[in-house]
Amino acid sequence: MDAIQKELLKQVAGLHEIPAGAYNIRANGEAVARNTTAHIDIVAKTDKSGIDIVIKPGTKKESVHIPVVLSQSGLTEMVYNDFYIGDDCDVTIVAGCGIHNSGDQMSRHDGVHTFYVGKNAHVKYVEKHYGSGEGTGQRVMNPETVVELGENSFMELETVQIRGVDSTRRSTRATLADGAKIIVTEKLMTHGSQYAETSFDVDLNGDGSSANVISRAVARDDSRQLFLAKINGNNRCAGHSECDAIIMDNARISAIPEITANHLDAELIHEAAIGKIAGDQIVKLMTLGLTEAEAEAQIVNGFLK
Amino acid sequence: MLQLENLSFQVADESDTRKEIIRNLNLTIDNHRFIVITGPNGGGKSTLAKLIMGIEKPTGGRILFNGQDITEMSITQRARCGISFAFQQPVRFKGIKVRDLITLSAGDNLSTAGACEYLSRVGLCARDYIGRDVDASLSGGELKRIEIATVLARNTPLSVFDEPEAGIDLWSFNSLIKVFEELHDADDRRSLIIISHQERILNIADEIVVISGGQVKAQGRRENILPELLQDTGSCRFYQEMQ
Repeated sequence: MDAIQKELLKQVAGLHEIPAGAYNIRANGEAVARNTTAHIDIVAKTDKSGIDIVIKPGTKKESVHIPVVLSQSGLTEMVYNDFYIGDDCDVTIVAGCGIHNSGDQMSRHDGVHTFYVGKNAHVKYVEKHYGSGEGTGQRVMNPETVVELGENSFMELETVQIRGVDSTRRSTRATLADGAKIIVTEKLMTHGSQYAETSFDVDLNGDGSSANVISRAVARDDSRQLFLAKINGNNRCAGHSECDAIIMDNARISAIPEITANHLDAELIHEAAIGKIAGDQIVKLMTLGLTEAEAEAQIVNGFLK
Repeated sequence: MLQLENLSFQVADESDTRKEIIRNLNLTIDNHRFIVITGPNGGGKSTLAKLIMGIEKPTGGRILFNGQDITEMSITQRARCGISFAFQQPVRFKGIKVRDLITLSAGDNLSTAGACEYLSRVGLCARDYIGRDVDASLSGGELKRIEIATVLARNTPLSVFDEPEAGIDLWSFNSLIKVFEELHDADDRRSLIIISHQERILNIADEIVVISGGQVKAQGRRENILPELLQDTGSCRFYQEMQ
């Protein structure tokens, strides 16, 4: 891997070197490194592009890294990754995509990640998106995440996109069995003329299932964002979605939360707030000696931290 | 140290009628003074504090700080010149922690122990607060003490406190008074300006300034001004009801 690819890898997966545990590193459309462990197998798909990640039941405190980097301008790819997570597992999965585009053609990575999470399993899934490069070609990523949570399983899903991605449509769909729980946290910042669309669609099918979707977003310059959160309460369950957004410059944000109770004991809440940075927050930080721009940066960084 | 010369501040109401909040006000505050500014509600005290910090811009007159004309200076410039300010209603943030705010106030890489020291001085158990967000999860009283801690951390020659006692009922008043006394004693050039109605705070001032109708109605040593204030029927009843 070259220096650009290594930098992308650092940004999206926090990797400075080959990670411990299982991994599959994909660069410019090809697998460049792969490691499996006694409990985690990674197998290339034969019918389409992508891999199957199979984690044996009872696997504890292990991690899987599957970052993707693109540094070849004009490359477009579509990848299907399926995760089979056995019962009683406790694992961390780090995905992420970094695109460096120094050319004038669009570079695009689309991926469908499907998770089959076994009973009582605990999965932490982290996905970071990052773009760089001085080219005029667009950096596009469209991730789709599909989650099936088994009985009493728990998934934490963290997505982060802070800079450099010109266009993204992120779709996350989850169905939850009895006692299953999902917590989704999204951190998103768009700038320039970027566009980002996020949609969450959660079906709380199981008795005692719960979902908490929390989005923190900042849109600056002329960027646009659309946030859609749909939670269906189909059983005795608890659902909460929250979109908290800061708007700056000429940016635009739409938040469209939707909650549907199809069961008497479904307790659903949605919250959405969009606004500019409160003037008194800037004034307070200026009284501490920060300039207006420094105060603004501090507030935005804190908000997305 | 601080001179306010013919300071005026006007605002326009909905019918575009000009209203004078501060009227040709003159006030000089020397080094190492402990000043309490008091007076009736709506008299212009908080506005005066904001004019000193630069949060409001005067419509007339000048402000000199250590001989330098700071009238046109921004809040940031005044902060860097050595003025600090504690808000009457402290601001809440999403994602900024107590530690961040104290570190920003101190202006350098403050150690955790250093940040904890400031919190302890305002009666907060540092271990419980240092990692908390400065958000709606904090009560008004907790927020107020953190606000005072930020001013302690700034360690400036001039500190302005706008009604610091409001909302800190659970914290013993003596502790607050001790904080002000220590702050004043720690540096023989430092001055404090405190906007307050509290007799116990008035009691520790070197000097009391009474502001009413946007003007200085009285200014002098505490022992001369306070008895007059307490004798004044309207004010006297007000101050005693506050106790």
